Amino acid sequence: MEQLKGRIIYKGKGEGEALVTTQPISFYGGVDPETGIVIEKGHELEGQSVKCKILVFPQGKGSTVGSYTLYRMKKSGTAPAGMINKECETIIAVGAIISEIPCVDKIDISKFKTGEKIRIENGVVTKQ
Amino acid sequence: MQLTKQEQKMLDGAEGYAVQKSMEILTALGEIFGAKSLIKVGSVQVAGVSYHNLGDAGLEFLNELAKDGKVKVLTTLNPAGMDLENWQQLGISPEFAEKQNLVIEAFERMGILVSCTCTPYLIGNLPLYGEHLAWSESSAVTFANSVLGAKTNREGGPSALAAAFIGKTPCYGLHLDENRVPDIHVQVNAEIRKLSDWGALGFAIGKKAENKIPFITGIKSVDLDELKSFCASVVTYGAKPLFYMKGVTPGAELQAQPKETITIEQTDITNAYDTINDDVSGIELVCVGCPHCSINEIAKVAELLKGKTVAEGTEFWVATSRNVKQLADKRGYTQVIEAAGAKFACDTCMAVAPLKGRFKSLATTSAKGCFYSRQNNMKTKMGSIEECVDSAVTGKWNS
Repeated sequence: MEQLKGRIIYKGKGEGEALVTTQPISFYGGVDPETGIVIEKGHELEGQSVKCKILVFPQGKGSTVGSYTLYRMKKSGTAPAGMINKECETIIAVGAIISEIPCVDKIDISKFKTGEKIRIENGVVTKQ
Repeated sequence: MQLTKQEQKMLDGAEGYAVQKSMEILTALGEIFGAKSLIKVGSVQVAGVSYHNLGDAGLEFLNELAKDGKVKVLTTLNPAGMDLENWQQLGISPEFAEKQNLVIEAFERMGILVSCTCTPYLIGNLPLYGEHLAWSESSAVTFANSVLGAKTNREGGPSALAAAFIGKTPCYGLHLDENRVPDIHVQVNAEIRKLSDWGALGFAIGKKAENKIPFITGIKSVDLDELKSFCASVVTYGAKPLFYMKGVTPGAELQAQPKETITIEQTDITNAYDTINDDVSGIELVCVGCPHCSINEIAKVAELLKGKTVAEGTEFWVATSRNVKQLADKRGYTQVIEAAGAKFACDTCMAVAPLKGRFKSLATTSAKGCFYSRQNNMKTKMGSIEECVDSAVTGKWNS
């Protein structure tokens, strides 16, 4: 079991399969909140669902309304189980806090591969 | 980030859910951006008001906060998705209106003034020079930082709300003088004549000074309405929400002119119009008031519309705050404008109202308005108030 320690953006525990991208994500307009599927044209993850995944991406982008989109996804059960960022910014940080989704950053995200089983617990990421 | 004992207690939940959530947001942002402490803010401007953007989840979040959340400082509100009184005339559905009203009621329970305008500085939320704020709404943030010399980052809806419940914001970014130093000297050689030229200038500078703080020289004269339009445009098209304009904005005299220089020539202004303007002649919607109209702009619309009639198949919206509309009522401008068949759109605007699919083309004075209307699949034309009124009366763009 490999462990990586990051900075806690929002506390708590989350477990799931990793979904990894090297591209920033815009939750407002870029992800369908009803299904959790990435809909941004040309995005690496276009067509894939973030639902219940540990979503690994460098940071958020786009409109600040994206924080509310994450909240909406959490309420409809389409949100990721956790988020790992290279460098978190306002939209994702605020989204994680108001939606209570475990989130860590300052982690080398190149160490993760899509499909790996991952657990986040209070800032510590464990590959299982 | 260092918290005081009282702040730590708020973070631990001693003052309830809204205060705790707010402290979680503010401390997380403070940590991310390297703030050393929280600082007091003089006022807050909250964006994220249109039900069109919030959806049911956003509404639910606001209702949660409104249970025990009360603002601690003067807090004003951005435009909603509809005119709160006159929504039927603007073609808003009763279902949307019902939800939008629930959003507004949640904000009212928090003690927020339901000002519903992007120009809070025109209706009584007027910051002082050097005052710290937590404002969202990029055009107002730019106006407060640049024209007034106040200090605010560009907040999102939830982080502005959090600051309102605490009365403080983390001290980083544009709150610190070392981050307010201009990066690039912009010499304006072009002639800037009509209102929309200021939007075009904002476009040209925003694109050339992306993510920088411009120090602008060569401006011979400018008024409030022109600065309002410029602020909205320059930040929409890429600059930081702060600029200095030599001889115009406060604090410009305290800054050294940056060495890196770019110029804005007449061709840059022409190019801005060419990029913003689409190939379209029939106009279905004309809108002035992005940012919201001042009383002077409404007076001009009334003067130009007097005795004329808006063309069949074209709608003409004058977007403004309810307060300014009341001044227009008293001066008789409203009567003239409505007699011509134009409509007031108070509390809302073309950027946040649910307009997708309703209009195919737009004429406006606003470069920012054009940017957001493209997301609603509208073809856009930008021009002076005269050109906009003319397109409303003839139903087509004539320049």
